[in-house]
Amino acid sequence: MGMTHVAGKNKGSIILYALSTCVWCRKTKQLLNQLGVEYNYVDVDLLQGEEKTKATDEVKKLNPRCSFPTLSINAQCIMGFDESRIQEALKP
Amino acid sequence: MNSGLEVSWEEVKKIFDRLQREAEPSGYHLNPDVTFTQELVKGLLINEKRYGYWACPCRLASGNKAEDLDIICPCDYRDPDLTDYDACYCALYVSGAVLKGEKKIKSIPERRPPAEERKSPKSRSGDQKKFSLPLPVWRCRVCGYLCAREEPPEVCPVCKVKKDRFERFNKLPPTLSVVF
Repeated sequence: MGMTHVAGKNKGSIILYALSTCVWCRKTKQLLNQLGVEYNYVDVDLLQGEEKTKATDEVKKLNPRCSFPTLSINAQCIMGFDESRIQEALKP
Repeated sequence: MNSGLEVSWEEVKKIFDRLQREAEPSGYHLNPDVTFTQELVKGLLINEKRYGYWACPCRLASGNKAEDLDIICPCDYRDPDLTDYDACYCALYVSGAVLKGEKKIKSIPERRPPAEERKSPKSRSGDQKKFSLPLPVWRCRVCGYLCAREEPPEVCPVCKVKKDRFERFNKLPPTLSVVF
């Protein structure tokens, strides 16, 4: 699946499932960029067919409502742009 | 990041102005953070080009209009979210308290049920022998506007009075029976 890699400090496995049109998803990307961490993201709305199904299945495993953004930080799932939880999970 | 669909600034501005113009007289408020709101409008217009309808920019549309009817903006969840969280899910619309700066918006939980639950709507036909309504009916004591929802609206869309001017309307006398 077409994950986009963003270089930065290694804080373990960080995967962001986002939508290209969602402002909260954009804020989540901005926060991760600001924190300077390494992460991978995918804009699920830009995927097609099997890739899209595969991505939504992955999101549903983490977050059954399949809402966006869904952020996985070392297997901890954060739903929505929850700035304080993201900061907390990525504390030095 | 690129959706492959371009929306011009003029298109965004035109729709933003229209929504702005329409919201206030109906008792709704667009998010006063103009940059944020215009980004959402852009998302709506991208989705219009992509799917043919205004799917919520913060939700994953299926591309099948019948399945996505509940998330076409303004979505089915806007009013309850305004009541509970002072903003709709994407935060295009906010409450009066947010507009006045008394409250701040944040990302809110998703109210839309998961797909499996949406596909099996709870007994639409139901038991029609008993008198029961799926939602309470509220009446504006000032202008008589009626609406069926969990809570009255923040502002009456007709006469603009506040929520506290509404009363419960669906307490029918026991002698009255309603047959659907």
